[in-house]
Amino acid sequence: MVQWPTLYMFLQSMANAISIGSLYALVAIGYTMVYGILRLINFAHGDIFMMSMYFAFYLVAAFALPWYISFPLAILATGIMGIIVERSAYRPLRDAPRISLLISSIGVSYLFQNFAVVVFSGIQKQFPQVPFLQEMVVIGKVRIQVLTFVMPVVTAVFVAALLFLVNKTKVGMAMRASSKDFETSRLMGIDVNRIISVTFAVGSMLAALGAIMWGLKYPKIDPYVGSMPGLKCFIAAVIGGIGNINGAVVGAMLLGFIEIMIVLFLPALSAYKDAFAFVALIAILLFRPTGLLGEKKADKV
Amino acid sequence: MKRLVAIGLVFAMALTALAGCGGGGGGGQTSGGGGGGETDVIKIGVFQPLTGAYSAGGTIEVQGVDLAKKYCEEKFGKLLGKEVELVIVDNKSDTVEAATAAAKLVEDDKVDIVLGSWGSGLCMAGGDSFKNSKTIAIGASCTNPNVTIGNDYYYRICFLDPFQGTVLANYAYNTLGATKVAAIYEATNDYAVGLYNFFKEAFETLGGEIVETQMYQTEDQDFNSQILTVMAKEPEIIFAPGVESAAAIMMRQTREAGYNDVIFMGGDTWETPMLIDLGGEFVEGCIVTTFFDPAAPLNDITAEFVELYTAEYGTPPAAFTALGFDSYLTAFQAITEAGSTDSDAIMAVLENIVVKGVTGDIAFNEIGDAIKNMAVLKTVQNGEFVFMDTVTIE
Amino acid sequence: MKSNSSNKKMGLSTILTIASLIGIVVLLYMIDQHGFLGSYWTRVLRLSGVYAISALSMNLVNGFTGQFSLGHAGFMAIGAYVTSLLIIPTPNKAIQYYVTPVLDFVGKMHAPFWLALILGGLLAAIAAFFIGFPVLRLKGDYLAIATLGFSEIIRIFITNLIPITNGPMGLKNIPASANIWWTTGICTLTVVFMLRLMDTSYGRAIKAIRDDETAAEAMGISLFRHKMMAFMMGAFFAGVSGGLIASVVGTINPGFFRFTLAYEILLIVVLGGLGSITGSVVGAFVLTISREWLRFLDNGFSILGIIKVPPIAGMRMLFFSVLLMIVILYSRRGLFGSNEFTWAGLFAFPGKWKNKAANLFDSAKQKAGRKK
Repeated sequence: MVQWPTLYMFLQSMANAISIGSLYALVAIGYTMVYGILRLINFAHGDIFMMSMYFAFYLVAAFALPWYISFPLAILATGIMGIIVERSAYRPLRDAPRISLLISSIGVSYLFQNFAVVVFSGIQKQFPQVPFLQEMVVIGKVRIQVLTFVMPVVTAVFVAALLFLVNKTKVGMAMRASSKDFETSRLMGIDVNRIISVTFAVGSMLAALGAIMWGLKYPKIDPYVGSMPGLKCFIAAVIGGIGNINGAVVGAMLLGFIEIMIVLFLPALSAYKDAFAFVALIAILLFRPTGLLGEKKADKV
Repeated sequence: MKRLVAIGLVFAMALTALAGCGGGGGGGQTSGGGGGGETDVIKIGVFQPLTGAYSAGGTIEVQGVDLAKKYCEEKFGKLLGKEVELVIVDNKSDTVEAATAAAKLVEDDKVDIVLGSWGSGLCMAGGDSFKNSKTIAIGASCTNPNVTIGNDYYYRICFLDPFQGTVLANYAYNTLGATKVAAIYEATNDYAVGLYNFFKEAFETLGGEIVETQMYQTEDQDFNSQILTVMAKEPEIIFAPGVESAAAIMMRQTREAGYNDVIFMGGDTWETPMLIDLGGEFVEGCIVTTFFDPAAPLNDITAEFVELYTAEYGTPPAAFTALGFDSYLTAFQAITEAGSTDSDAIMAVLENIVVKGVTGDIAFNEIGDAIKNMAVLKTVQNGEFVFMDTVTIE
Repeated sequence: MKSNSSNKKMGLSTILTIASLIGIVVLLYMIDQHGFLGSYWTRVLRLSGVYAISALSMNLVNGFTGQFSLGHAGFMAIGAYVTSLLIIPTPNKAIQYYVTPVLDFVGKMHAPFWLALILGGLLAAIAAFFIGFPVLRLKGDYLAIATLGFSEIIRIFITNLIPITNGPMGLKNIPASANIWWTTGICTLTVVFMLRLMDTSYGRAIKAIRDDETAAEAMGISLFRHKMMAFMMGAFFAGVSGGLIASVVGTINPGFFRFTLAYEILLIVVLGGLGSITGSVVGAFVLTISREWLRFLDNGFSILGIIKVPPIAGMRMLFFSVLLMIVILYSRRGLFGSNEFTWAGLFAFPGKWKNKAANLFDSAKQKAGRKK
């Protein structure tokens, strides 16, 4: 049952796991940021991911822009879309119970999927390719895409920038304050609505960045392409401790390793691959209910 | 108060919109009373997933049906002196929705015959409605044997998984001389699981060996672990039945991992322009079974079809489009020969019919499956599907 | 004097209830025997009834006990598979397993429909017991994601246990035993059960847990036991509704029971009103019927004869999701809030609406004042 891989297979798998993990991480951070501030599982995050893939596609296909212009534009457009979504679907429910917010996010997710089917049709499209990122680097026998080196770097840079934003800047301070308590923050003169908008914009732009990386690695776009990455990355965020940026990265890397390594060591279980992610999730929730790096919170009585 | 006004306005707008279509548009919709008495049109129901996970497949099949309607109008004019109306319903790639959509077709729209659907599970969901209302359904691409078994009213024009599996196994063993085959297939797809099992059975009977089997789920896009595991056993061929997008990405990852010699084989789902779009240079050399070959037309219709399609959509047609086209041709010819839209009359005709279709001659056996003993094998060369061989199994 | 009038009202509402029940039975008889609605709309009503049962079962856990569970698709899958395997005629079963032969035991088992439904529900409840043991300690979003995980695990197992479930090839020829009497009947039974349950000390206890866990615990209510009971009862009814849906549709496959199914049921529950039995039933009927009714949008339409929209697939679902968003945003407590339908409420409705409007107006004024 257990397959003992050769050193080459193991190293190659390590490389694969790192590249998947850093992909998951970018999207997971978006979840975590939104959750951290609104306590909302943004079920529409995967669909924002999907929409940004279409943005990037149409900017290249319809306007014939080179990738280095169209990708940043797509990221920007997604950020604006994030703000619009927040204003129209989440802000009106600010004082409503949390479940209304959650339902609203499911509604937004439905809306985006159905919108994409009507506007872009269900036929798959191919994500624009950037040849030099898809070259292979050969080290010994192990072959690694250039993209695989780029992804962890991009992730690391953005995590560092985010940590700086959250921990060192005024906006970040306001974010942290708002995540603790809206009312008090308001009293302290923080424009909570603006902070939430910023958070959504940043979260959505990270999803867009993740989507572009995803598209370069797995070049299929269809209206449902966001749902599985959305779910997986959400799981990653929960495993790491939702609301915690470092946690999201740790959770995403862990999930990437679990998925790759279990198929490598236990090939007979490849049909159950998706189940592992959930088993890992449940196991971690049971032993550390707030995730690996989550803070333990006492109930207010 | 402002809110109430807003809600009121939105609903008023919605209502006027709805009222508008009742009066003005409503092309495909029969208004209540007219349904039964109307006899100046023949209604052909198109039962397809146009949204949801299978929407790509459903959409390209509908293209074929649309094209066939135009083709027949031009070539044969009216059907029994009546206009043909296509009633397209979306079954949303969802079993429950499919059952309801089928009931709507036969009960509410009162269609005379049904074409579709992509996805055998969806066909089975609609099957009971068609059977109970005695409406004939012609499936285009549903390859699961269960669709027609126990349902006298369901016919299909494609070949079945057991046949396709045998063809591929024979070609792999006899023509390519392969003895070691590995499989990576889609575990959540009835088509892929069925095809894999029939391939395995046939290949092992011939004397070959399946050295490793790996599975993946529909939404998976990373196959690197499966590829590593499989390639450790050094197979000559990877048999990978499943959806074309997964196959394209899998081939890409295999080539990128440095395995350039192993040959990929798959079934009819692969033969779509999307495989080449997504896979690019990486899908070169893969082998697929399919139903027809535009370059070596089985008959005149094939050539006409390819020309029509390319003029309309600008790309070469997928195999499913051809099947959609043929399902319409079959319905058209059956109704013409029966001289009426009565199901019993059509059924009697279908027993002995021979339809000259894009995918060859179509005739049905007693179960309602197309009698096909020949499959076309194609490969990808320079970004195009090219004809390789035909395999005939008696 | 006062008690007299309330007695009189009581009498009136009892009469009205009995009258409307008789009305429903007559209507069902017309539908069943005389094809009053045609099989298409009858099917929609049957489905609505089934969805009402799933919505009620979800409401029991999410709305009344306040435990946010998204595992319903899994429990429905268990119920659907158990029921189907028990009611598919045995000679028919073997043919369907064309890839891997069916397990001998599974191939031979058979039971009448009512027993199959109960067994399906029971098995779902047993599964809920084992799942609930670890996960019911979790709260809020964590509970939601853990139950969702379990429901996906159930689905993945069903997909891969081919000798038992026929895997992705699905099951077909499931006898259509669940006619409109069955679906409406079981739906009514579920409603009665829920209404009764809410009147018992158990019902009050779970509502206390919803409102404030800590306070409920301080009052001596065993949190775990009550949550577990609610979770298992919810799973039981979800299983029954799964069995019914299998029989209404006639075929099932694992793909139908994805976690998105739980979202759809959650939408029904929230649209109707969390914690409202009437709401779940009305929500199920409204959503299921409107989704079918909107089908004409897929065929192209024109707005006031001016703007012509060509046939585009998915238009219906787009419009449906826009409507849904409007309801979510503007009627956030759902159609019924946590209230129930009463005859007195119906008669007081116009006046109440006026009050509600006035309240909204006042609060808007207050808000405006606060902003200044």
